[in-house]
Amino acid sequence: MATYDGLFRTLGLEDWCARGDPAETSAAPQSMRDLLAQTRGEDPEAGIPLWDTPFPSLDALHESCAAIPQSRELTRGLEQGFLDIRHVLKAGLDPVTQPLSVALRNALWLFQETPWWLMIPLLALLVLGVARSVKLAVFVVATIAFLAFIDLYDEAMQTLSIIFVCAAICVAFGVPIGILMSRSDAMERGTIPILDMLQTLPPFVYLIPLIFLFSVTEPKLYGIAIILYAIVPVIRLTNLGIRLVDKEVIEAADAFGMTRRQKLWGVQVPLALPNIMAGVNQTIMMSLAMVVIASLVSAPGLGVLVLRGIRNLELGVGLVAGLGIVLLAVILDRVTKAALARVDKSTAARQ
Amino acid sequence: MSDTAETKIALRGLYKIFGAHPEEVLPLVRDEGMGKADLLEKHGHVLGLRDINIEMQAGKITVIMGLSGSGKSTLIRHLNRLFEPTAGEILVDGEDVMKYGEQDLRRLRRERMSMVFQKFALMPHRTVLENAGLAQSVRGAERKTLEAEATRWLDRVGLEGVGHQYPAQLSGGMQQRVGLARALAANSDIMLMDEAFSALDPLIRTDMQTLLLDLQAELSKTVVFITHDLDEALRLADHLVILKDGAIVQQGEPQHILLHPNDPYIVDFVSDINRARVLRVRSVMKKGAERENPTGVVDAEDTLESVIARSEGDTDAVYRVERDGKPVGVLEMRDLVRALVPMRPAEDTGEAGTAPLRAAM
Ligand SMILES: Nc1ncnc2c1ncn2[C@@H]1O[C@H](COP(=O)(O)OP(=O)(O)O)[C@@H](O)[C@H]1O
Ligand SMILES: [Mg+2]
Repeated sequence: MATYDGLFRTLGLEDWCARGDPAETSAAPQSMRDLLAQTRGEDPEAGIPLWDTPFPSLDALHESCAAIPQSRELTRGLEQGFLDIRHVLKAGLDPVTQPLSVALRNALWLFQETPWWLMIPLLALLVLGVARSVKLAVFVVATIAFLAFIDLYDEAMQTLSIIFVCAAICVAFGVPIGILMSRSDAMERGTIPILDMLQTLPPFVYLIPLIFLFSVTEPKLYGIAIILYAIVPVIRLTNLGIRLVDKEVIEAADAFGMTRRQKLWGVQVPLALPNIMAGVNQTIMMSLAMVVIASLVSAPGLGVLVLRGIRNLELGVGLVAGLGIVLLAVILDRVTKAALARVDKSTAARQ
Repeated sequence: MSDTAETKIALRGLYKIFGAHPEEVLPLVRDEGMGKADLLEKHGHVLGLRDINIEMQAGKITVIMGLSGSGKSTLIRHLNRLFEPTAGEILVDGEDVMKYGEQDLRRLRRERMSMVFQKFALMPHRTVLENAGLAQSVRGAERKTLEAEATRWLDRVGLEGVGHQYPAQLSGGMQQRVGLARALAANSDIMLMDEAFSALDPLIRTDMQTLLLDLQAELSKTVVFITHDLDEALRLADHLVILKDGAIVQQGEPQHILLHPNDPYIVDFVSDINRARVLRVRSVMKKGAERENPTGVVDAEDTLESVIARSEGDTDAVYRVERDGKPVGVLEMRDLVRALVPMRPAEDTGEAGTAPLRAAM
């Protein structure tokens, strides 16, 4: 029989093993090794040389002892478990995340319906507002005009609108979470592992449970994936920024009888602002990275073209879309960095 | 020290132990007299303060002096409860601050006490004017009141016309003037100053001391001033408290401590200073004595240095000592010279001016 028969025999566990379904054990070959052995005409009953001894994995042990599950039982179990709680999760998550779908749909509609000759000046004004730099505004206008010239305008606007919505939500939730973390060591200890996990999970992995939870036609599917992935830096840097505020200044605030609220909005947040802005910059860049990946689950925009390039081997389309993404990344980065530098400069003049 | 002065702040049996379980190790320190080193080594707790008893008089400057790590900052932070004591009482105007709830404590910090910090601790994102008006803005005062108060005190500390600048644009000395203006603008009776001048250059430091003394003559606040510098302590103190390893080694009138140090630690401390410049005639004269044909007349508050200069080195000279034009005693040059010899530790802590002078030989 199999490699580990002897083991179970010596341990006297044969009876227990036999309780597993014997039909399955003797059924069709279970593993690649068996298949290979069969095709090679080898007799699996023959002794296995030490060199080829398989690792005592679930599958290998299962061959000798039916009571031990195969590893595919594990994945199947996980899947089943998830499917079992799926409607509960869905019932809870669907209503709370519905506004996200609405926001994304409206943003997409707004960015696409606004004519280009209105949209481009509006974006220029926005850049002037946050970065106070005419040079940068000109650069942004030129870049978008170039994208429009090579007929990527619609896709670029779709991508941009998704980033705007998701980054705004990241900031709206991330800054308060960061503030809470900075106020309680217990909260910080509890949150950091979650943030670490969100940051180290490959982006594709987020998509898997989400696909089961939400319909692929709903924008919130990719919206949630983007937000989960991109919210991490703004939380981290808000927490860090507040914790790094000079202890003496905080002590002075206390000594003059500031309330917690006065201290937070009057001292901690203003002094943490450079760090918070650095977090916002990273969050926006990560939103962009994720929105491309999210085209796998029907997020519109430049990512769709990249995907087409890969699927249909349309090299040119993929490369041009990639260039568009790079250009978007450059302007988003430049603009947020300029806004950050403005905050930094005004604090630097004071420090 | 005047006997009629009222006590503004009183500390009674104050203990502070830093660590995970201060209450558990408190008895070791309080009842078994365990020292700072033992407590740290055997129990992993830091002894911050041990049995502190101080009466701080209203309208006077109480100086707390000690080497770095002796617990000065810890002590002053108990007065407005930035630190919570492990045991003991803190009385301000006769009220037990430890009984205060959050509201009362905030009112104490906003209206009755203000603080000046060693590293200035100004708000870097606010203008000098906004910094000086901090107490007003915390209380929710109107912008106009805030600006008026802030400007008044900025002017008073010699910072006209810098209100619109940011702290970082000012020199260290000017920044600490802002810190001082900020504390003054709170209009509180009590001012806590934690090594307020220690980070400044010597010349600027002397200027700031002068400024503080001028302000004090005008405002008579209850000042708690922390320093590690004996010259500064002697210049400012009405009452001097010397801390070592979290415990008080000696406290009293500064001249008295100088003449009657009761601990080798203090002898070390005072051995380096120019005694002639610090000691005053009143501390070494024979009180109430009379003498025919004195060599001259000196004031009770004159320093010995000025008397030496006047005597031109004549050790037989005898002066009549006057205060406000009335004779109060006699100063013999021999006593004066003896007072200049550094003391060895005295066993008693007798009243100022009455204990006999003992020369160390
Ligand atoms: N938060 C704290 N935790 C633990 N130990 C402390 C803390 N604050 C002060 N100490 C200790 O208390 C002692 C007195 O410190 P401090 O009051 O800052 O001294 P000083 O102001 O006289 O230099 C030092 O040994 C210091 O290490
Ligand atoms: Mg200190």
